Amino acid sequence: MRFYWFHLMPYQDLPADFSQKYPSVWVTPPSSRLYDPAAGHRMYNEYLDELEHAAEAGFDGVCVNEHHQNAYGMMPSPNIMAATLARNTKRSAIVVLGNSIALYNPPIRVAEELAMLDVMSGGRLVAGFPVGSSMDTNYCYGATPATLREKYQEAHDLIMRAWMEPEPFAFNGKYTQLRYVNVWPRPLQKPHPPVWVPGGGSIETWAWVAERNYSYSYLSFSGYKRGEQVMQGYWRTLDEMGLKRNPYRGGFLQLICVAPTDAEAERIYAPHVDYFYDKCLHIAAGFAEAPGYRTVKTIAAGLSSQFAPTQRQQRQQSGKRMTWKDYIEQGFIVAGSPATVREQLKDVITRLHVGHLMCLLHLGNMPRETTLMNTDLFAREVMPHLRGLWSEWRDEWYPKALPERAMQTPAARAR
Amino acid sequence: MPILQRVSMRKGTFSVRYWSQGKGRPIVFLHGWAGLPRATAWLEALAQRRLVIAPEFPGFGESTGLERLDDFLDIALYQFDLFATLKLRQADLIGHDFGGAIAAEVAALRPSLVRRLVLVAPSGLFDEKRPGVDPFATTEAELNAASWHDAAAAAKGGLIVTPQSDEEKKAAVIERAKALSAAGKFLFPIPDKGLKKRLSRIEAPTLLIWGAGDQVVPPQYAALFKRRVQGARSIAIAKAGHYPMLEQPAKFTAAVKGFLG
Repeated sequence: MRFYWFHLMPYQDLPADFSQKYPSVWVTPPSSRLYDPAAGHRMYNEYLDELEHAAEAGFDGVCVNEHHQNAYGMMPSPNIMAATLARNTKRSAIVVLGNSIALYNPPIRVAEELAMLDVMSGGRLVAGFPVGSSMDTNYCYGATPATLREKYQEAHDLIMRAWMEPEPFAFNGKYTQLRYVNVWPRPLQKPHPPVWVPGGGSIETWAWVAERNYSYSYLSFSGYKRGEQVMQGYWRTLDEMGLKRNPYRGGFLQLICVAPTDAEAERIYAPHVDYFYDKCLHIAAGFAEAPGYRTVKTIAAGLSSQFAPTQRQQRQQSGKRMTWKDYIEQGFIVAGSPATVREQLKDVITRLHVGHLMCLLHLGNMPRETTLMNTDLFAREVMPHLRGLWSEWRDEWYPKALPERAMQTPAARAR
Repeated sequence: MPILQRVSMRKGTFSVRYWSQGKGRPIVFLHGWAGLPRATAWLEALAQRRLVIAPEFPGFGESTGLERLDDFLDIALYQFDLFATLKLRQADLIGHDFGGAIAAEVAALRPSLVRRLVLVAPSGLFDEKRPGVDPFATTEAELNAASWHDAAAAAKGGLIVTPQSDEEKKAAVIERAKALSAAGKFLFPIPDKGLKKRLSRIEAPTLLIWGAGDQVVPPQYAALFKRRVQGARSIAIAKAGHYPMLEQPAKFTAAVKGFLG
């Protein structure tokens, strides 16, 4: 079983009345009024410290991701964050989840930057190729919903060919035309870095991922109970295709809060859970999903949108606030003492049948000390007890880095 | 509603459903992002002395072939072929929002096809300062509120249909996603796709019709069209929003009949 430390890098200083005063945390919250670059400087550096700490604490990998025009996650370019992590971590995988590849013109830029990261890190890169949320792709970057998936697939084909073809080639696509494709550098991992596809729950993605032997992950903030519907659909697709249910073909993101006791968990983490759900996920309903972002087939299958108003928001609109107990019972968060968290996570992991667990241990406006405590308690008292899960399976979706002796150490650190 | 007919084009690449009624000199109506209108009394009124044809655009309802259309040039060529398939050498052309942009393109690219042109709250231009409500970034309720002079009356009169059963609700969600996705394929994120360069080519006498209370394609756009379409006239219909033909059918058809003769 593998554990990854996932950072969203939210903006921590939204005003208390943010959700009443502003229609959306994504797309239109005015940065001139809400964002203080000096506070941003502190947050970026603390967040990078936290990721580096997690790598030292024994997590298998650190995860960065791409979001635009929002206070929910301040990483328009995950590659910039990954570059500093490549220098400041030693063994951990660097999981870039990812670049929303339909947004780059030409997408070869992504092939180049990810290859740079793979080479810089000595082959520790996981290349994540999300389609990207509707807010990011359609509303912030203006991509046409009806053609987004086709464009994504073409960008994917170009990147993979650029990494694998032995000779320079011409690419005559519908969205990208390049007469000469010949990326420098090439990735260190052969034939290419492991590819993970974080899905938003589109049913076509399941077969697409399986056919290409990639790993599928579902990043939901509505917890594992809702994630189960999506992951079961994926595993059934593998069955139908005659593929083995290797748990490392799957990943899941879970919000986790560990404290010495259950009662302390509530006292310490409840305000940050509230900040996360009330502010970071305060998305205007009109921005949740552009028409055409998901296919008719997916809507017809009855899957709800990743960012659709959750049960929590619906309840809140009807005047009933979610309590700490609700968040736990409905699986939004896994929280409590190490023993409680161990037990619940074992249930999550086996139920969803996932070999990669992305742990969201920093929530909303959580300060650094709390984040480090959460991280350390998890690494010391939870992770070792669950490591043995899936030991009968081989993880073919973890980076194959250079041997220790071939790894370069930054001179500043060696001194 | 008369039974819809179907026509196949380009060896089955497109299967197009269309509403048709009446006899005489043809009028073609190109619907907007909401799809073929539910209420057709106003079309029937126009069909009293004329042949009226309202084709359903590919990707909407049951018409197919959207994947073969990538831009307004493709759409214009498709419309030329549709005219030929329906044996129309020339027609009066009415277009509403998305269909208005298409009608304007057709009239600009092949003036001989269009006898007279009626554009009802047409898309195709963009005013940065007063763009109007974004139809692709609104919930159904928000878009309805912006689209009707009196949304409550429209709902009561059956112009806005509220699905009842779960099955109806799901079908309505899918229908809406399909329609706005198809229109959005050509209009997203900003509907200015070059029509402004071509509007001066329009030769057909042109009438611009707006509902005075339209918040989605606000009446101010009439001036932008008038500036570019030579000799175009415009009228605003009071107590109407984005669907003047549905909210004020009598006034609307009187204006259209008067203009088309």
